[in-house]
Amino acid sequence: MMKRLSPVIEWFTLLFCTGTVLSFLIAILWDLTAKGWPSLSWQFITELPSEGMTKGGILPAITGTVMLTLLTAVLAVPLGISCAIYLNEYAKDNWLTRLIRASIRNLSGVPSIIYGLFGLALFVQGMHMGTSMLAAGFTLGLLSLPYIISTTEEALRRIPASTREAALAVGATQFESIRDVVLPSALPGILTGVVLTLSRAAGETAPILFTGVAFYINGSSGYLNQEFMALPYHLYMLSTQHQAIEQVRPLAYGTALVLVMVVFFLNLTAFYIRYKYRNNE
Amino acid sequence: MKLAARETIDSFVKAAFRTTGLLVIVILGGIFVMLLWNTIAFFAHIKPLDFITATQWNPGGNRASYGILPLMVSTGIVTLGAMMIAIPLGIGTAAFMSEYANSRLRNILKPMIEMLAAVPSVAIGFLGIVIVGPEIAKLAHQANGLNALNGAVLLAIMALPTIITVTEDALQALPVSYREASYSVGANRWQTLRKVIIPAAAPGIIAAVMLGVGRAIGETMTVLMATGNASAFPKGFFHSVRTITATIAIEMGEVPYQTTHYYALFAIAAVLFLITLLVNLAGEYFVNRYRKYQAT
Repeated sequence: MMKRLSPVIEWFTLLFCTGTVLSFLIAILWDLTAKGWPSLSWQFITELPSEGMTKGGILPAITGTVMLTLLTAVLAVPLGISCAIYLNEYAKDNWLTRLIRASIRNLSGVPSIIYGLFGLALFVQGMHMGTSMLAAGFTLGLLSLPYIISTTEEALRRIPASTREAALAVGATQFESIRDVVLPSALPGILTGVVLTLSRAAGETAPILFTGVAFYINGSSGYLNQEFMALPYHLYMLSTQHQAIEQVRPLAYGTALVLVMVVFFLNLTAFYIRYKYRNNE
Repeated sequence: MKLAARETIDSFVKAAFRTTGLLVIVILGGIFVMLLWNTIAFFAHIKPLDFITATQWNPGGNRASYGILPLMVSTGIVTLGAMMIAIPLGIGTAAFMSEYANSRLRNILKPMIEMLAAVPSVAIGFLGIVIVGPEIAKLAHQANGLNALNGAVLLAIMALPTIITVTEDALQALPVSYREASYSVGANRWQTLRKVIIPAAAPGIIAAVMLGVGRAIGETMTVLMATGNASAFPKGFFHSVRTITATIAIEMGEVPYQTTHYYALFAIAAVLFLITLLVNLAGEYFVNRYRKYQAT
């Protein structure tokens, strides 16, 4: 009897683990949607906060997060792609290359709060940027760099050597072969990695805590040299630091839902690019 | 364009690409030097022995005390709790995905795990306040559920995707012949999993756990929001704790520039940096172990 039952029990044990993990995701999405949805309205996403954050919308936090993510992309994507090109296309297997690779792996393991401290010491104080969107963008750019490098390198590695050799054989220089042949064919893979990295950057809070984010600014976010509002920080402040926490709970739910929707939208975009690209292969 | 000109461009571009490669070393070196410099400045004010052995972190008091011990114990408790939840769940899920699920189910499960990884930490912290906290409060008959257990549950959720993905990779990387050999001597799927697959993939699983630990130790926002941040010496899962990361996040915003307190926050960040570095290096060592094992 026991012998016949045990495969079923074992199967259920593993299914239970998987089900529990999935239930975390479902519970997160369900709770945020059910309680955040009533707060969402046109006013909520297009108006400035009013009456000490207890009424009004979160427009400056949305524009702040969008601008900051774009700034991060502008700073990190060109550098990240060019470093990946160097590693995959040019670098020989020597101690320098191994040192670069080890640095990248270590950088991606550095806690985000330490990037925040580094941003504070280097950009805010060292380079006199002050607490500003520029300083926060540079900090998030550094945080994103290792992820962009490793995903881009992964995409480049998938391009067969014969593709490069064909370009070289018809007389292209190495740079021309990379620019006209390798990069275009690796583009979907690179794009997937970039979008995933940016979705991570958009949700980060710790690196921008000391480098430029503010709870409230007068007017709109988006000036490079000024402090700004951002969705993740807004959620943090509304749920822990506000003087009327229970009163602003619906607004916190609304902010959380908007933040998760922004991040998931970016993720789904990346999944879509990857899906289409795999089907084309 | 003439060939000579094209070749000039080629070598110029190559140099540019190499510069960006070197930049990565500069950034890591920069972080290291920044932490080291400020830590040295801190030790000019406070004796290293006091930093390590003092049992109180109280920079604001009349007699300021900078003991890292309570912070490290807090981080340790929360991480330990998270791993006690996440390791069984993560390995079970990875085993299910790799050994029991068919490829269609796997193609649904994988993006869902990725989605879980994508939820911003601040959103998970928020749910810790509104869902996990009240539940714990009910269970433990406390006023609020902002304690180490809450943080552990949330960190488990954050570490799970890493643990599942790396473990699943390790299980999938095993040659089919291992499974075939086990089945051919009459073992069933569960016996094969327990006696053959998991032992053979052990280095990969240890790597997965290490990377999960690294993720949990360095996480800031969830523990900041969910663990209550009491500065007393941590007593257990049902008490409020204050991790290294949370301490930096709380105090850095208020501390005046270049004071002892300011340097102290860099010193605890340096300790955090070293711990995550060691944990990640250990993880990487085990990843290489199973890769090497694969090649032969």
